[in-house]
Amino acid sequence: MNPFSNPAGGRNRIIPGFGLTLGVTLAMLSLLILIPLLSILGHAFQLTANDYAKLITNSAIRNAFITTLGSSFLAALINSVFGFILAWVLVRYDFRGKTLLNGVIELPFALPTAVAGITLSKLYSDTGFFGSFFAGYGIPIAYTHIGLIIALVFVGIPFVVRSIQPVLENLDPTYEEAGSMLGASKFTIFRRIIFPELRPALLTGFGLAFARGLGEYGSVIYISGNSAKNHTQVVSYVIMQKLNYVDYASATAIALVMLIIAFVMLFSINMIQLWQARRVQ
Amino acid sequence: MKHKKIIAVLTVTAVLTAAGLLAGCGRGTDEDTLTLTNVSYDPTRELYKEYNEAFQKHYKGQTGKDIRIVQSHGGSGSQARSVIEGSRADVVTLALSYDVERLERAGLIDAGWEQELPDDSAPYTSTIVFLVRKGNPKGIRDWNDLTKSGVSVITPDPKSSGGACWNFLAAWSWGLDHFGGNEIKTRAFMTDLYRHVTVMDAGARGSTTTFVENGQGDVLVAWENEALYTMREYPGRYEVVVPSVSILAQPSVAVVDRLARRKGHEQAAEEYLRYLYSDEGQELAAKNDFRPSNPDILRRYADRFDLNVKLTRISDFGGWDAAYVKFFDDDALFDKIMADVDGSQ
Repeated sequence: MNPFSNPAGGRNRIIPGFGLTLGVTLAMLSLLILIPLLSILGHAFQLTANDYAKLITNSAIRNAFITTLGSSFLAALINSVFGFILAWVLVRYDFRGKTLLNGVIELPFALPTAVAGITLSKLYSDTGFFGSFFAGYGIPIAYTHIGLIIALVFVGIPFVVRSIQPVLENLDPTYEEAGSMLGASKFTIFRRIIFPELRPALLTGFGLAFARGLGEYGSVIYISGNSAKNHTQVVSYVIMQKLNYVDYASATAIALVMLIIAFVMLFSINMIQLWQARRVQ
Repeated sequence: MKHKKIIAVLTVTAVLTAAGLLAGCGRGTDEDTLTLTNVSYDPTRELYKEYNEAFQKHYKGQTGKDIRIVQSHGGSGSQARSVIEGSRADVVTLALSYDVERLERAGLIDAGWEQELPDDSAPYTSTIVFLVRKGNPKGIRDWNDLTKSGVSVITPDPKSSGGACWNFLAAWSWGLDHFGGNEIKTRAFMTDLYRHVTVMDAGARGSTTTFVENGQGDVLVAWENEALYTMREYPGRYEVVVPSVSILAQPSVAVVDRLARRKGHEQAAEEYLRYLYSDEGQELAAKNDFRPSNPDILRRYADRFDLNVKLTRISDFGGWDAAYVKFFDDDALFDKIMADVDGSQ
């Protein structure tokens, strides 16, 4: 089936303007996303297959991939739990200062990430406000993986909250009421009625936060310490190193691998959602 | 709904701001005030703020015309990259000649720029020194003190910061001097030194933040101008220690010939750089913690700059290209040293 035709088929569409809007969509997609991505491919293919293999299997670069994937995954997981709770609080309860809190959620989007990184590193270094407390128990935070994950949690949290919030707001209360009438416990109502409804949104939020973590640079470099020895270098930092040595081919080659991983990740999340939606039907 | 309203307001504001900016820029080019763009690196911000005012007066006196100067600062490497990728610049005043050579290779600057102005086109210089906490509690006097047990060193990563390459080469110079040219012993010393590095930031400014704001480490290996500036900004908290051997850091300046020629700014751009060598320019450099290239003016500031330090030059290493091949490229000496640091943990 032609993917651009509407489900009813044929050329007579109820809403006019399909040609125009699709034209604009494709033009914008090509100009802003597809052409820049293709130019990455062009740069990356300047390397021979041999150089490519050598580059990707280099231990520093391999470690950077492991660090980035692992910490982004953990940060997205933490964000999923806390983002869920935050969204729940914002939707289900009324309290003073709620509007303010709601506005604060988006600040990580607006704040320049380098500012966030410097502030976080100051707070969490062993002389900082929080860091000195943990340092007392022998737990360093800044310049370790923990610091790195904290930075990623900071930049990723709005994605999860904003994905769940609208779904939670529009949840039909009659199902919960019916469940309650039929004698289900509060936990069962949450497990069997609320959670399944939110799962797709939660997955979307997780995917977005994870993807954001993969590409994050500004907030991470100040708090991670960028140590090859301690495996706290992230992929975007390694890319910057290559750019600094005017090694565009290697930089784009690494970026390409990252891009493929991100695409596979986001695509699988979409597939899981599709599969779940089918199962529910 | 509320969100839509906010977004609408923001959009309108953004559009108006953009329109205002465009109108503002447009007006600037209408008049015949010449606007020079100087693309520089981070620590020269204060120097050029003062120098631009001095130069504007000098230019007015010489030609009777006003001149505007636009400044841009950032990491030296990324500033060079931005000019290669098309950002406008009439002159560059960067941290190392390697970055200017990149512009030369990109065809933006004519060959031979290093001979166009005195002292390898470096009107002011600096060197690599140590910044330690007040009272020098770890007794840091020279490079070998950095490898004493319990000393933690902060220095940026040469793989991501051009400035950090100077730090590495300064330590290497001391090693060669100390071990009578023995590279094997020098390399062992470097491994020991980098074993004591606890935080390796992406750039020099990041390292300063780590040392000063976050209180990490006992020694910050830094450019002398940065160290002097930090010491003045935080009175009574830090001391500068000058090692016995270091390297002469030569921040290079050059006219971006192709861009300046296109706009007819060549003469003004050349004069802008030449005036850096005048007594006034040299005094301003010295006041902003850079060592003036004029030896008489440098001697006047002997209380600020330790003139006894033995300085090697990048030319002793065969220039930056050779230094990169030997030390900093992938799998070169720096990577090997870091692998040794890794392996010995």
